[in-house]
Formats: sequence, structure tokens, C-alpha cells
Amino acid sequence: MDNAAPRFSAVGAGAALELRGVTRLFGALAALTDVTITVRPGERRAVLGSNGAGKTTLFNCVTGDFPPSSGTIRFFGEDITDFPPYERIRRGLRRTYQISALFPGLTVRDNVYLACRGVSRGRFSPLRPGANDALMHATEALIQAVHLTSVREQRVAELAHGQQRQLEIALALAGAPRFILFDEPAAGLSPTERRELIDILTSLPAHIGYIIIEHDMDVALRVVESVTMMHNGRVFKEGLPHEIEADPEVQELYLGAGHE
Amino acid sequence: MSLVQGAHQETSQPAKVRAVLLAWPEFNKPAVWLVAVILLIMPFIANGFFLIEIFATTLILGTVALSLMFLAGYGGMVSLMQLTVAGFAAYMVAVFGMSANTNISLGWPWWLATPMALILATAFGTLGGALAVRTEGIYTIMITLAIGAAFYYFTNQNWAIFGGHTGINTIATPRFWGIDWRSDIPFYYVTLGVAAFCYFAVQYVSRAPFGLALQGVRDNPRRMAALGFNVNAHRVAAYAFAAFIAALGGVLQVWNYRQISPGSVSVGACIDILIIAVVGGITRPVGPFIGAFIFVILRTFALDLLVKFGLDGNRFRLLIGLGFLAIVFWSSDGVIGLWERWRRGAAAADKRAGGGHGHG
Repeated sequence: MDNAAPRFSAVGAGAALELRGVTRLFGALAALTDVTITVRPGERRAVLGSNGAGKTTLFNCVTGDFPPSSGTIRFFGEDITDFPPYERIRRGLRRTYQISALFPGLTVRDNVYLACRGVSRGRFSPLRPGANDALMHATEALIQAVHLTSVREQRVAELAHGQQRQLEIALALAGAPRFILFDEPAAGLSPTERRELIDILTSLPAHIGYIIIEHDMDVALRVVESVTMMHNGRVFKEGLPHEIEADPEVQELYLGAGHE
Repeated sequence: MSLVQGAHQETSQPAKVRAVLLAWPEFNKPAVWLVAVILLIMPFIANGFFLIEIFATTLILGTVALSLMFLAGYGGMVSLMQLTVAGFAAYMVAVFGMSANTNISLGWPWWLATPMALILATAFGTLGGALAVRTEGIYTIMITLAIGAAFYYFTNQNWAIFGGHTGINTIATPRFWGIDWRSDIPFYYVTLGVAAFCYFAVQYVSRAPFGLALQGVRDNPRRMAALGFNVNAHRVAAYAFAAFIAALGGVLQVWNYRQISPGSVSVGACIDILIIAVVGGITRPVGPFIGAFIFVILRTFALDLLVKFGLDGNRFRLLIGLGFLAIVFWSSDGVIGLWERWRRGAAAADKRAGGGHGHG
């Protein structure tokens, strides 16, 4: 699939997310080396790989948490390589974190409200929202979508782990997302919660594409149409889920290691 | 808490009352009403000395400390330059207004000089904030302390604008509607009005998008950026808001003393504001006022107390320092933290006593 990248970049705006030759160094350590990935709008892709394969660093480069050392990143045709994170988010990029990054002192509702406010105007508004504030309605709808209505007044610090993971997803769905990066959303979830997560992911509107990092193959392969396999900071293989699953090299590298 | 009412589109009268009570939980507590009434009728119970030296001074210092509480409590930014911003506003009132130093003061009427002072001091605090937000934690403290120290030495050495170490004296205070607003009772009500305005403004903004986002920035700046917020711009805006509050406090201070000199903006005075905020508690806007009250009481009466015990009266700072140590040691949340813990403890004891009957 590597050779497909130039063809996609030729049409530029055709790709939702396009990374070309992205390298990220931490001192002498190369966390990512020459990563080239192209994802279509609405495409749902899994990124697999063992610990240290560079999956989360890839996310951090795309969202701008750590900018790449070299290479370019385009989002719906626009070069966002040097944009600060908030500019990328305002353009419809979203992410969730592997370890929940919430606001523990605030309520569920305030957390979601902040996410809605972050991608709309009035971030600096000194006026409290009124009873018919459109963002309040959006907030309520999102809370309902991730099944947290019953705990919406509670402080996030008091929530169970599974609920925090659901809130993590709600924050990424605020506003009008065009592309979402999910970093191990199923980590630490019970089987029931996993099923709910799969429901949430598969019921997302078709135009919203995403990349999901997930160790649980049952979850990952059920919610994606393509797979990128990473190893030691490089793209190791790309293909359809069943191809990757059947690939002997992949099995040796990743699935085999996982069954040790 | 108006976020809470947002979901239900309640318009009925009781619902509105409920919403107001949610937004302003203070209105539901008898103790708060009692304090409000006492503050309002203070001129009829207290003499001029208490009214100005204790209560007006408390309200002024509390207002300056409130600006620090806003930055530290909601924004996680400990700024030691809040008193410097207040002092800058005080100097500007003296420079643009009327004083005995006619070679310095421009002689503007108070209603022009005061807004000018507020604007310039807010700009000063915002610029200082723009420098400080490039750093975090202890470095924010260092850089804001450096700004405070630099301003102190600058005022000491600059004679053209700041009047050097003697400062600017006999500054004119507002007189209109036939009232001398610096006479004890009107001035007390002016400080009470300004302090109440600042208190409610901070309380209100803390639940508005700006304040909520600031608390988000405090808890997790990286996630705030990943939600679309420009974290540094938000922090600078918080400095601007806090600078305006500090500037209001500074204007009141210069009207109170009718003079301003480098001693009022010394590093020691900057640190006093930190002590006031921390002793009172920086999680809620009422904290700085409680801290200021304790500070003023100690400063005023510790002297006599110490002399009574045969010690040097000027050691009142020793008492404040010991009190500061004790509070930081036992309650990271100041006096309001101690109070809340005592309340919770009493409630728990009540519960235990109630439950004990059933089991006993």
C-alpha cells in the first residue's frame, strides 16, 4: 500500500489524513521513521503494533502534541504540519487519550460542555449560558449518546473507569468531527462495556473516519475496514483486516507475541 | 451552576428561583445574609477607626488578593505581581490626577484619571501575564516576583513620573454631589461596593465558559488544547481579568492613603498578598477576604499584644508568619478549608451519634 500514497497525494484534497515521510526523534531515538499513511474521508482504520511501535507518537504528531521532526501532515488537503493543536482541532480533527485525560474536578456535564465550547465561538465568554443555549442542548445530546445521562451531575473523579472511558469518547465527538484518533478506547473495559464501545463506534455517522489503536483484535477488526501494522516506528504492513490477520509475518511479530 | 438549569427549559417562577439559588449558593445560607447585613450597617456600629483602618483596609487588601485567588485557584498560576498591578494603578491615579507634586501630576479630574489608571494597569498586568504564561509553576512565581521587584526599584529611582523614594503625596480624592467620598462613611461604602462587585464578578465568571475553561486549563492544559482551546491566550486573558480587579483595589488604596510611595509596592507587600490569599484559602472567592481580615487584625492589634508580653511590637510579622506556617501545615486550603473540615467533622459526628442510638 506504500506505493498508493503518491497517487492519493496527487489529488491532495481527496485524502482525509495524509502523512508523508513523518519522522519524530526524541534525542537520538527515532520514535517514528519515515511514516507515510493516507486515509480516505470516512475510512476507518486500525493501527496495530507492539508497545513502542510508535502508535501513540503517530497520534501525537497528527494532533500536534509533539510536532514531527520532519515530514508533512495534511488534513483534508490542508498542510497542518506547523499548526498548533487547537487549530487542528477546530478544523475537525479529534482524539482520545490512552490514559483518560479528563477534568476530574468538574462534572461530567462541564467536561462535555467544555469540549463543545472548544470547537465553537465564545470560548472567552464571561457570560453564563442561558437555559436555551444551543451548546447546552448539544452537550445533553452527547451525554446521552455515550450513555452517561444518569451521572451527568457527578464529578468526573467519582466515575467508574468504564464511564471515564465513555466520557473520553464523548469529548472527541463534540462539535462536527471529521476525523477521530482513538487511542486504545477499550483499555480496561469489561466485556459488556466493550460491546457498548463497538456500538458507539459502528453507529458513528458514515462521513466520520477514524484511526483506532487497539490491542484487542476482536474490537479492532470489528470496527475497521483497513489495518496499518507498525513495527519499530515504521509502517510494517497495510491491508484489509483479514489479510493482516492471515499474514504470517504479522502473526509472528504481533499476534504470536501477544499469545506468549 | 446555570449549566445545570440549561437542560430543562424551566420558565416557572419557582424553577427560576431554584436556578438562581443553584447559581449563587450563598443566597441560601443565613450566615451569609447575616454577614451582608452586618457589613451594610457597619457605619452605625463601628467608629471611624474600625471602619477605615480595619474594614475598608480589609476590603481593599481582599480585593487585591482576590485577583491572585482567581489566577491561582482557577488558573493554577501563582502571580506575585498582583500588588504591583494595584500599585501601578495607584501611581497612575496620582500621575494623571491631582496631588501636591504639581510637577508630576497632570491634574486631570478623578473621573478621567481613574479610568485611565484602570486601563493602563490592566494593560500592565496583561503584559506581565503574557511574559509569565511562557513559564509554569515555580518559574511563574519567579518571573512575577521579578516584575514586582523591578517595579519597586524603578519607582524608587524614577523622579520624573514616580516621585522617587518619597513618592507622590496629598492626592486628590473624588468629591461630587456635595459628598466628600473620602470621608469615612462614604469611603467605606465605596470599598464595600467595589469589593462586592469584584467578588460576584469572580463568582459569576467561574461558572461561565471563560472561567470553566480556565479551570480546564489548570487541570489539564494539554487536553484543553486537544479540545480546541488556545491555552496560552486563555491564560493571558485570565491575567487581564485579574489585573483589572487588582487595579480596582489599587485605586481604592491610593484614595485611602492619599499618597503612594515605593514602600507600598515593595517585595514584602507583594508577598503579604500571597500570604493573605493562602491563609484565607484560594479555592473560593471568599477566602482572600477572610485572609485579609485576619492579616489586618493581626497587623493592627498584634503590636499591643506583643508589647503587653514585653516583646518588640514590630514583631507582629512573626505572629503572621507563625499563623501562616500553622495554616499551611494543617490545611492546604486556608481558613475556609479548616472551617469546611470542621463542618464535615461535626456533620459526621452528628451522623455517628444518630446511628449510635440505633445500634446501642
